Amino acid sequence: MKKVYINGLGCISCQKTFDTDFLEEAVLLENQNKNVVSAIEPVYKDYISPSAIRRMAKGVKNGIVASAMALKDASISQVDAIITGTGMGCIEDSEKFLKAIIDNNEEFLTPTSFIQSTHNTVGGQIALGMQCKGYNFTYVNGANSFESALLDAKMQLENDENASILVGGIDEHAQYTMEFYKVAGLIKNDDETNFSVLNSTSEGYVSGEGAAFFVLENVKSANSYAEILDVSIFNSLEINQVEKEILDFLQQNLVSLEEIDAVVLGYNGDGKQDDYYKNLSEIIFKNLPQVYYKHLSGEFFTASSFGLWMASKILKTQTIPAVASVNSIEKESYKTILLYNQYRGKDHSFTLIKHADA
Amino acid sequence: MEENFNALLSGKTGISVIENIETIHKDSIKVGEIKKSNEELLQQLQIYGANDFSRTAMLGAIAAKQAVENAGIENINDYKTGLISATSVGGMDMTERFFYNYLENEENRRYINANDGGNSSHNIADYLGLQGTVTTISTACSSAANAIMLGARLIKSKKLDRVIVGGTDALSKFTINGFKTLLILSDTYNTPFDNNRKGLNLGEAAAFLVLESDEIVQKENKKVLAYVSGYGNANDAFHQTASSENGEGAFLAMEKALKVSNLSPENIDYINAHGTATQNNDLSEGRAIERIFGKNTPEFSSTKPFTGHALAAAAAIEAVYSVLALQHNIIFPNLNFQEKMEEFDLVPQTKLKEKNLEHVLSNSFGFGGNCSTLIFSKS
Repeated sequence: MKKVYINGLGCISCQKTFDTDFLEEAVLLENQNKNVVSAIEPVYKDYISPSAIRRMAKGVKNGIVASAMALKDASISQVDAIITGTGMGCIEDSEKFLKAIIDNNEEFLTPTSFIQSTHNTVGGQIALGMQCKGYNFTYVNGANSFESALLDAKMQLENDENASILVGGIDEHAQYTMEFYKVAGLIKNDDETNFSVLNSTSEGYVSGEGAAFFVLENVKSANSYAEILDVSIFNSLEINQVEKEILDFLQQNLVSLEEIDAVVLGYNGDGKQDDYYKNLSEIIFKNLPQVYYKHLSGEFFTASSFGLWMASKILKTQTIPAVASVNSIEKESYKTILLYNQYRGKDHSFTLIKHADA
Repeated sequence: MEENFNALLSGKTGISVIENIETIHKDSIKVGEIKKSNEELLQQLQIYGANDFSRTAMLGAIAAKQAVENAGIENINDYKTGLISATSVGGMDMTERFFYNYLENEENRRYINANDGGNSSHNIADYLGLQGTVTTISTACSSAANAIMLGARLIKSKKLDRVIVGGTDALSKFTINGFKTLLILSDTYNTPFDNNRKGLNLGEAAAFLVLESDEIVQKENKKVLAYVSGYGNANDAFHQTASSENGEGAFLAMEKALKVSNLSPENIDYINAHGTATQNNDLSEGRAIERIFGKNTPEFSSTKPFTGHALAAAAAIEAVYSVLALQHNIIFPNLNFQEKMEEFDLVPQTKLKEKNLEHVLSNSFGFGGNCSTLIFSKS
């Protein structure tokens, strides 16, 4: 069985995550006076033709640019397969087409937004642009959409069915969907700002968006960030089941809790929902450096791809940015990192990575 | 399922005039609609009171439950079990009903969460009591084939012992109008591979299969219905919605599936074609079939005149039909065919035919250039 390496990264998010070192200009989303925060746009015209820029929704553009950045970072121009995850898919075009249907009573419709509303539009458009005729999958399973893509890629690389795979997580905001999420209590009230994600007791989160892409290969390169040891997903777990599942997961990988150098947790400031993490922070992870990121990325179904981007950077730079630390514990070196994410008790994922040279 | 099989034997179509959705296109389209209201489906599921099941989730839960019962599974969590579902519309049927209403009053806000594709799978998994690996694939009209492919890979990689795989999609105004604007909806019954084909009939459906490892089969002394012996996915990389004229993606998908199964084209006894009856698909698929099989193309048919095109669920229905074909040594007819296409000499099987079948190949293609092929083999 071959090993699986992260050999390139590209990330577009609510932070400056391109043309930069590592979050040195980070801004806390909870202090933005708004609870739906847009991604910082790259210069699209450096990557996409002007006519396509006008036609494409933000998620598609961000996916294309983030994937191009990852390829460049890995110094390759082609891959064997493209696998994406997206919780909401191309929601901007879906809304546009649906509104047109309702507002015009099914008349005077044009197909463009329907065509682009399909969930696999990002994967399809990347393939079209690169002329990549290989395997092309899109996962749409809420908060483990990205980990599903990662798991699929990992199996194929291990079995040497493919040698290089572009894996990414993409989600975008759309006006009405965000309004719906607010009235449903998923996103915090607009008047609630200047809170701390770690200590928030109110319901809801700050919503973000973005695209993070990874070049995975089954050979190590000079640019390798990490080796992916394992990925596991669960439909639903009770709070009291998580600890056992994590310990089982580590045991299957012959890694002890003491060997973990940092944990990356999906805290999003949604009151009771964060008990899933708090429970671990205070007990089994008590003596480990703990990292969080959704105060930087915002919450969205594929926010965990930002988490993996951050974990990869931690291994490469051997530093945890102060802005991302949950506690003040530090380690001399960072070799093995465990990531845990869930969304309202559903779609739990464990991802275990280690330094490529470790 | 028995009803489905009997319809396939007697040539009875499931295409009709739409009843459950109010649409201005009512008289100008025909659809493969399940003639049960949401209330009736919920009753069948014995779900009472407030819930966030979209029609997609309801259909999926009914089919998945049947598959689990049919496989004789009593405790869903007694082996490492997963659910891989496929959907393209997800909870769109609810979103389009309540879109502006969500902001105006509280009553239907529970459906806000039902919009994303994963929600239907969560509801199906919860209905089955499944805690473990659950995910959803959405690659348009090839989605369920890809769910079956992932399920097979999860078992092959020993990540799981048993995987419930399939897809579900309900009819919605969204898809009806989407395909209508693309001018690929037929105003009458769909006629795959016919020279005068006018487009597709949309359908709604859910179908699931249970894949199990060799270890379970041996340990539990299980009766195997068929094997998933080959699978392949490729991208046409030609256009967001249209297929290339030489069927490059379809060709690559079939080629990969044959390679995985260690079979050669001569070993395939029947092709269950994607055959949507659009101008573009049937030409592209036919060309790809010719490229793989040459002059020795086995009997092929599209079963979409029976079901309509159920988008993300289509490949799951057709996987079930492929297994039925293998079990009964029967090739299902391509209904409504009259005139051979002028571009090639391919003529589909138009009458029910008995033939010893060892290997059946099933194609499914979708937007985004997504092309998938599965091969099922006799147990």
